Amino acid sequence: MNILVCVKQVPGSSAVKVDDKTGLLIRPKKGNKLNPYDLFALQAALDIKDCDGSPVSVLTMGPPQAMEAINECLWMGCDEGFLITDRVFGGADVLATSYTISQGIRKAGAQDLILCGKQTTDGDTAQVGAEVAEHLGIPHLSNVISIVRRDESSVTVKALQENLIVTETLELPCLLCLDADINTPRLPSYKRMKEMGEAKVKVLTFADFEDQDKSHYGLKGSPTQVQKVFPPEKNDNRVLYKGADDKLAAKLSSILKERKFI
Amino acid sequence: MGLIIHNNLINEEKARALMGSCPFGAMEYKDGKLSIGMQCKMCKACVRKSDGAITFEEEQASLIDKSLWNGVLVFCEHYGGHIHNVTFELLGKAKELAKVNDEPVLALMIGHNITSKAQELYNYGADSVYVYDDPGLKDFLIEPYANVFEDFIKAVKPSAILVGATNVGRSLAPRVAARLHTGLTADCTSLEMTESKDLVQIRPAFGGNIMARIMTPNHRPQFCTVRYKIFSKPPRIESDKKPIAMTVTPQMLASHARIEEIEVKSPDVDISEADVIVQAGRGVKTQKDLELVEALAARLGARMACTRPLVENGWFSAKQQIGLSGRTVKPKLLICVGVSGAVQTVAGMKGSDCIIAINSDPEAPIFDVAHYGLVGDLYKIIPSFLKELDNVQ
Repeated sequence: MNILVCVKQVPGSSAVKVDDKTGLLIRPKKGNKLNPYDLFALQAALDIKDCDGSPVSVLTMGPPQAMEAINECLWMGCDEGFLITDRVFGGADVLATSYTISQGIRKAGAQDLILCGKQTTDGDTAQVGAEVAEHLGIPHLSNVISIVRRDESSVTVKALQENLIVTETLELPCLLCLDADINTPRLPSYKRMKEMGEAKVKVLTFADFEDQDKSHYGLKGSPTQVQKVFPPEKNDNRVLYKGADDKLAAKLSSILKERKFI
Repeated sequence: MGLIIHNNLINEEKARALMGSCPFGAMEYKDGKLSIGMQCKMCKACVRKSDGAITFEEEQASLIDKSLWNGVLVFCEHYGGHIHNVTFELLGKAKELAKVNDEPVLALMIGHNITSKAQELYNYGADSVYVYDDPGLKDFLIEPYANVFEDFIKAVKPSAILVGATNVGRSLAPRVAARLHTGLTADCTSLEMTESKDLVQIRPAFGGNIMARIMTPNHRPQFCTVRYKIFSKPPRIESDKKPIAMTVTPQMLASHARIEEIEVKSPDVDISEADVIVQAGRGVKTQKDLELVEALAARLGARMACTRPLVENGWFSAKQQIGLSGRTVKPKLLICVGVSGAVQTVAGMKGSDCIIAINSDPEAPIFDVAHYGLVGDLYKIIPSFLKELDNVQ
């Protein structure tokens, strides 16, 4: 079966802040990493590859440096990489992002199984996977915790639904969003890195896509608009105690007594 | 529409300054020209800094007729007719939002043998309750549920839709929003309604210490998801109205997936229901040191919770994480130990009755949300506190 994993490169730290005085955003520290939630989807794909030799492709959307994330996946064991990058795609919200990714997947060749992580650490929306499936017209299932069985035409998985564990069989092709901590992700292999270099990443731009209507991409294709950003509100009724640690311990005790917790 | 760069007003020095002002490093200066790459998040920080060299061109007039879309809809989440509390919380909020423009509060329930259960939605403030009741809708399957939801939206045309950010809601809402080519804002922490029926969706954004005010000005319906325990459950007022039955067609039930088995999970140690919680953060340096924090929790009969880095360290299960990517909690008492208070974390604890924070950094943002802040060393305060308690008894 052909497997494709969707990944994202995210900032190494979530240090974007608003300057209290100027109201401007402050640039985060340098450095990017592969979204940690994607590692579980990659591992699940590579587990299948280890079993039956299924080829695993990896796809991301991002600026040119997101190539680093694709290379990392290739060194882990993925066979082919796709990077969707173009200025046309900038300023995209969930709808435009998922549509762009779905167009990229169509160009990446026929897929049987598409795997996504639960969410990213920078967007935190956990919505892109489901929207990609809708654009592709294939079923999806979120919060998948294990792949139980698979054959040429279907996959049976277990997924969490609040207090239920649901076992579901989906016809292929389908898209699964995998939960975190369901397996132990592997590290990139130094040997593969030496062997492969950075050769196999295919770059997809707007010009490569079937849908050539620019209004479906980027800011123009985004129904939601960020009106403004602002620092989180502060609590003015707070009481701050400083001093010797044993005094603070006594303070803690008196607050808890006053509020009848002890 | 978008950011327009007036390169005739930009020299290299100015370009460098503008590049420095972009929090996402999205600008590039090459061959005497400044350009914006796809990392751009449209925060418009550059516009404010540019003295007119970068301008934002607004969207042209809206093409949709907003008067055709009316009402604030709540999607009812339930298991076999047992309605999830998040639904009632959303009905309470929907009532506030609907009042602004005198819109109706609508509720949608999908399932089998649920019509009598759906009546309860009236008791929490719905003006009209719509039910798709069919054996083929007994269990949640994405395609039939999305088809039914789409049918409902096309028939009733609600202006705004609130969905609980549960596993089902987070799967269904994006599917339906994508099908209708409209926007969806996840995990809103605050909602407001304008007089032009535009839903103002506020949530932490960009993975940083920032809140964003998001709108869906030119599309309907306006979709958002909200976590459990963000809003308050309204009082129950008995109503004798009857749910409105909607027609289910065989086409709606077509599915490429089938349920094999449903097991009820053994109940988790669910922090979102706990009354007293002690949360450990990165200020707790080693896994061994957690024993100290656990002793505090045990002494107070509290559940243990944590921040994301501690889950990433493998010290806690993801279910114990408070925050945007974890659980939302609303306990009577929350003690944050060595928690810095990133906006992602704080988003999950705002509704708590009493927050006490212990942190050695007086500048830690946790002190902005804590009702009581103790600026000191957790490694000294907690043992001293526990010792004092022991002496008393």
